[in-house]
Amino acid sequence: MNKHDNNDKTIFGFWVYLMTDLVMFAALFAAFAVLRNNTFGGIAIRDIFNPPFVLIETLILLTSSFSIGLTILSAQANKKTQTIFFLLTTFALGVSFLTMELIEFSHLIHDGNSFQRSAFLSSFFTLVGTHGLHITAGLVWMGILIIQVLGRGLTISTVRKLTLLTLFWHFLDIVWIFIFTIVYLFGGIL
Amino acid sequence: MDLYIYNSLSFWGYFMKSQTQTEKSQHGSVRSYTIGFLLSIILTFAAYIPVVIHQNSYHQTFSHELLIPLVLFFALLQLMVQLIFFLHLAGSGSSARWNLAVFISTVCIVLVIVIGSVWIMSHLNYNMMSGSNMNKYIQNQEGIHK
Repeated sequence: MNKHDNNDKTIFGFWVYLMTDLVMFAALFAAFAVLRNNTFGGIAIRDIFNPPFVLIETLILLTSSFSIGLTILSAQANKKTQTIFFLLTTFALGVSFLTMELIEFSHLIHDGNSFQRSAFLSSFFTLVGTHGLHITAGLVWMGILIIQVLGRGLTISTVRKLTLLTLFWHFLDIVWIFIFTIVYLFGGIL
Repeated sequence: MDLYIYNSLSFWGYFMKSQTQTEKSQHGSVRSYTIGFLLSIILTFAAYIPVVIHQNSYHQTFSHELLIPLVLFFALLQLMVQLIFFLHLAGSGSSARWNLAVFISTVCIVLVIVIGSVWIMSHLNYNMMSGSNMNKYIQNQEGIHK
């Protein structure tokens, strides 16, 4: 009973952290909304939308969110091999997503549209880059957890860490939905 | 205090009663994850396809006034789907309700930050939200040229 209570408190504390992170993303979204027309003669929001590319990115992240859900279900059912399998799937999908994001960034910078070009591009790179940084942190965390689960098995401690990672990953997926809508889809409309 | 939050959030409980009754586990089931995943994919395409049609018809099919609320609506719907099926915010138990309470207060802060910023910045003298007017204003009034 006591252990269960502690677990709940840890999850609640982590949830409160995620909510403060959400406030930070809100500030970045607000900056993007305000600066979206300040292109200073450079590329505008409509040039950012790259139809199939960003859809594939979104679907990859969605699938990784699903597979990390299956990870935590397997962990709770105490199936170690299955947990590792889904965790590796999530890791691979996360790496693909990050690679696609970096390809997009390198194309933009290569064409002279770096974050130094205009206020719009600064806000774009900050918003999308901060999300990418979170994904990177999540991948490092996931890598460490894979090693821990392999070494120690599914103990109370590793399952708790997996639960927190799941929350973190779902949270990043939700933030991405709004980046997809407000940055990319609005770029296609406006 | 707990009871108060429970009562104020009971509409969520009503909303998800059928789910919590069938699933005892705090973290849902393969079924609830699969439903959430499929709904997310459908909602992603529902928002994406009209925008691509709009773009391919050189902004002729669907007006901006229709598309922007539509796309935002699908994003909010997907937020609800993921909160319910992936994050299990609508679950029963005191911890789930506390998580939901913190979430709702955070959403209020987020709305104040985003709507407040856009509102203030679009009503500034420089009218920073529309690029052409600002450039004209700066050139005429301030004598600054690119």
